[in-house]
Formats: sequence, C-alpha cells, structure tokens
Amino acid sequence: MPPREGTYGLLAEFDTPGDLVRAARQAHQDGWRRMDCYTPYPVEEAAEAIGFHRNKVPLITLVGGLMGLVAMFLLETWISVLAYPLNIGGRPLYSWPAFIVPAYEWTILFAGLSAGFGMFALNGLPALYHPLFNAPNFRDGATTDKFFLCLEALDPKFDLVEAKKYLEAFQPVSVVEVEY
Amino acid sequence: MATSEVKPNPKIDPATGEFRVIAPGQTFRSITEKISRIVLTPQTPLGWFAFFGVAGAGATMLLVAVTWLFLKGVGIWAISQPVAWGFAIINFVWWIGIGHAGTLISAILLLFKQGWRNSISRFAEAMTIFAVVCAGMFPLIHIGRPWLGYWMLPYPATMEVWPQFRSPLLWDVFAVSTYATISVVFWYVGMVPDFGTFRDRAQSKFAQYIYGILSLGWRGSVRHWMRYETASLLLSGLATPLVLSVHTVISFDFAVAVLPGWHTTIFPPYFVAGAIYSGFAMVLTLAIPLRKFYHLEALVTERHIDNMGKVMLATGFIVAYGYAMEVFMAWYSASHWEAFMMWNRMFGPMGWAYWVLIACNLAIPLTTLWSRKLRTSIAFMFFISIVVNTGMWFERFVIIVTSLYRDFLPSAWGTYRATKWDYMTFVGTLGLFTSLFLLFVRFLPMIPMNEIRMLLPAAKITPKAAAKAGD
Repeated sequence: MPPREGTYGLLAEFDTPGDLVRAARQAHQDGWRRMDCYTPYPVEEAAEAIGFHRNKVPLITLVGGLMGLVAMFLLETWISVLAYPLNIGGRPLYSWPAFIVPAYEWTILFAGLSAGFGMFALNGLPALYHPLFNAPNFRDGATTDKFFLCLEALDPKFDLVEAKKYLEAFQPVSVVEVEY
Repeated sequence: MATSEVKPNPKIDPATGEFRVIAPGQTFRSITEKISRIVLTPQTPLGWFAFFGVAGAGATMLLVAVTWLFLKGVGIWAISQPVAWGFAIINFVWWIGIGHAGTLISAILLLFKQGWRNSISRFAEAMTIFAVVCAGMFPLIHIGRPWLGYWMLPYPATMEVWPQFRSPLLWDVFAVSTYATISVVFWYVGMVPDFGTFRDRAQSKFAQYIYGILSLGWRGSVRHWMRYETASLLLSGLATPLVLSVHTVISFDFAVAVLPGWHTTIFPPYFVAGAIYSGFAMVLTLAIPLRKFYHLEALVTERHIDNMGKVMLATGFIVAYGYAMEVFMAWYSASHWEAFMMWNRMFGPMGWAYWVLIACNLAIPLTTLWSRKLRTSIAFMFFISIVVNTGMWFERFVIIVTSLYRDFLPSAWGTYRATKWDYMTFVGTLGLFTSLFLLFVRFLPMIPMNEIRMLLPAAKITPKAAAKAGD
C-alpha cells in the first residue's frame, strides 16, 4: 500500500507542450521513473518521453471480440441444432452462413465494450478523488491549457528539496508540493 | 486580370486554397471558454426555450399517439393487406439511415485522419444516438404487443421456444441493439475528458458534482490519454464495419423477400449510400442553425459545410446508380413482375411519390452541389439538406408502399392512405429527436474540446532552438 499521508509529489507547471516534453525527457534520462505528465489533450511525445510506449487495450479488445464471436456462434448452433430444431423447407439445421450475421454483431459488441470499459479499468477510473486535485493550479489549467509534470514521492530518487531544485532548473511557471 | 488586386479572403488558408478548418486567432483557453460557456452559463437563452417548447409539443404528440396505439392496437394505422409495412417501417429505415452519418463522421473520418471532422463529430454522434432512439421505437410499436418485445431475444423461456436465427428480422435485433450500444459507448468515452473540463470550470457546486461524477475523475495523465487514444481508434475501427453492416442487414429485410422491387442484390450498398446521404443532410440541418445560434462560426466553418456538400454529392451519385440499376434490372431480368412493378412505381396511382423522390434526391442536389459557390452558401445548403431529407423519406415510402400495394394477383390489389395516427407518430418522433438534441446542446459538450485543441497551432511541439528564437 502506498503511504496515504505526507507528500504525493512535486508538480511543475508549463505553458507549452514543448517545454513539458523536454523536461519529461530529461527527467526520464536522469533516472526518474515514478512520474507522470498531465495535459489537456493527448500529447503523444510526452508519453514517449516518460517511457510509456504500448498499452494493453488492443489485447483486451481482441479477447473480448473473440469471446463475443464464439459465444454467439455456439448459442446459435445449440439453439438451431439441439434446443429448438426447426425444419424450414428441408434446409440443414446447422445453417452456419445465416449464423454469421448475429455472431459478427456480437464480435463488435463485445470488442467495443471491452475497449471502452477495459480502457477505463486500466486507467483506474472512476477515481473521483486524486491527490493532484489538491493542487490549486491543477484544477485551473490541467483540463484547459496548462501542461504539468509530476515527480512522485514514491520514486527512490525523491527528496523534497533536491527534487524542487531539479524541477526549477527547467524554468517552469511554478513548482508546487502536492499533499495526499 | 491582375491577381494581386484580388483581396485575400481571411477564411481561406493560402497554403491549401481550402477554407480553414478553424478560424485563425483561437487559443486553448478561448475555445475552451467558447464551448463550456454554452453549457455552464446560468442563463439559458430564451430562444432555446422557444425551440424546446415546440419540440416538446411534438414529443407530447408522440406520447398521445403511442398511448392510443397501445390501447387500440395497430389497427389505428393504415397498414392492412397487402400493404402490411407502412409508416412504421418507412420511419424506422429513414431514422436509422440518418444515424449512420454520425458514425461515419466520428469513426470513418477518424480512421482516414480527416482533422476537419473534429468540430462536428460530437453532435453528429449525438444525432446518431437520438436517431437510433427514434428508429428503434418503430419496430417495437409495430409488433402490436410491445410489452412482449423481449420475445425477440434468445432467453430460456418456460415454453422452451427459441428465436429463428435464419431470419433477417432477427439479425436486425442484433444489428440495431449493437449499434445503439456501441454508439453510446463511443459517445460517452469521447465526452469524458470534456466532462473533466466542465468539472474544473463549473462555478456552481451542483454542476461540479454532476460533471465530476460524469468525468469519472479524469485528470489528463498522458498514460490515460494514450490508452484513451487507442480505445478511440479501436472503437472507430469497430464502428466502421458495424455501421456498414447495420444498413446492410436492414436492406436484407427487403432483399431476402421474393417480392418484385425488393428482391435485388443492389440493396445493401444502395441502402448504405442512401443512409449516409440522408445522414449528412441531417447533420447540415442541425449544424447550420446551431453555429448561427451559438456563434460557433469560428469552429464550424465553411470548410465543414463545403466538405459535407462534397460527401453528399458522392453518395448521391451512388444512390442515383442504385435507382438506375433498379430500372435496368426491371428490363434486363425479363421478368414480367419486375417490369410491371417498375412501370407501376413510375406511372401507377402513386407514381407522384417516385417523381418527388427523383426531384429531391437527384434533380435538385446532384445538379447544384457541383458549384463551390453554392456549397458554401449557408442558406442554400440548409435548403438542400431539407430537400434531401424529404427525398430520402420518399425513397423508403416508394420502396415499401409501391412494391406492396400491387400484389401478384389483381384481386389482391389494395392501396395505402396513412391515417392521422401515422402522421402524429412520425411528426412526434421529429419532436422527440429535436427535444433530445436540444437537451444535449444545453447540458453536454457539443464540440469535443480536447480534439479541437489538437488542431491549434499551439499544439505543435517545436524544437528548443526554435522555441527560444520565437521568444
């Protein structure tokens, strides 16, 4: 369990995405790992800078889609062949071409739900409380026009005074301490 | 003629010669304020109440019509033999077709990396959902005993009966329900970061609370953003084949039957193109008053209107090909029934409907939309959007009614004259659709702020040297 009191981390505010990306890249090179960037829109370069290259959403979507496909196809086959066989003009009971359409729809249904809910689950959302919301400038800018770099206290390199000095070298608009 | 004397139009980007997607001079903060002010203002414009009053009256009429239907049964409609599919199915196909443009804009154009789609994608997606709400209602009330609608689903019933999976009508159940679900998920996922913005900008405690919950605690971590981007891309990739399959399955409802006028292989592509055609018309019908009323001309620019005109031109020609092919096959098939159906469709007692459709879908739009001047004339595009919506409604009317009312045996011939309950139900769904859309505009982010921010020049990451030189 992470500590629930004391300092969560140090939050540096930048005005442009370029400044944020340069700072994040440098910090990652200098060995910082427990850190994150917060931006009002997706900044791919910032994710690259902190070493976040791939995620598991595609895998979850694939598994979900396959589950939908298999589930519907088996359901159709079981119903049409075993549970409720209907002889319509002597056509075969296992008329698989007709089963493709609902199976196709359920592939998409399950894959889409997996993509959406899987993404939220991997992100740990919903999480209505987060320590960062305690920072006064975060609420004003993080979802509008400001770019933030947060060095977290859990990083073994973290020392309040040293880290503050380190961040100030990037000439951010401000550096604030975030409490739990 | 000296070109230097021509005054450059500030709305046109000199680099491409196209209209700008976003008017110059916008910043992250200015667009955020522009969009969030519409929702977070304590004062609702009076005009909104006026529109909502009219639309709400329409929705109330729908309630009355449907209540009477539940009390009396589908006999209050004009459907009988041989025209057993009347307004209910016409409206079902029309509404679901309208919805398709929303998915096309939000999903297919995203896959094609068409940046201009960003400003109109959210309300096009909302349009999809509300159109599907209206569409989905019709088959349910058409089955006569809507409280037994769950019989269409595969569930372990006491009588041990199961649905018949070889019927396109059952495929419809899965196609439309999947379409509604995926559209809602896509729409909501897209809105979550914007709810975060609303939460942070709201002044009232109540709004902070509601948008805070809706935002799920979104805080804009780049790790979250990357997963979010992947999920959006995957959802678009899934919605694209889905939207094509939905109208294909709906066209199977007709094409699988052995009825002249329905039994043709052109139906799936022709239905999908028609759906996109009418859907883009509906996006224009909604976008043009909206940008005027909320002063969003800087975000929904002539570029959007122009591009939508081009898409309508292209899909309109696919539809024209469909009509031409129907006529050709009626002759080439050498089938007596097909030839008679086509002759009757054009010159029979309801031939006027066919010519309304030709005028509204082909003659008026496909001759005028070539002109860039007309495509960027706002008043003309609004007019065209109404014309095409009317034309596409008549297309479904022609397909359903004129194929049915002259049966194989003249003794079985009938006619179709819609009753006031038919009209009330149809106009009522227009009211319901508009009411839902007005509520959406008032309470939800109608333009995706996070996607618009990516289009701004400030979002470009400049190398350090250039950034320093620019200071």
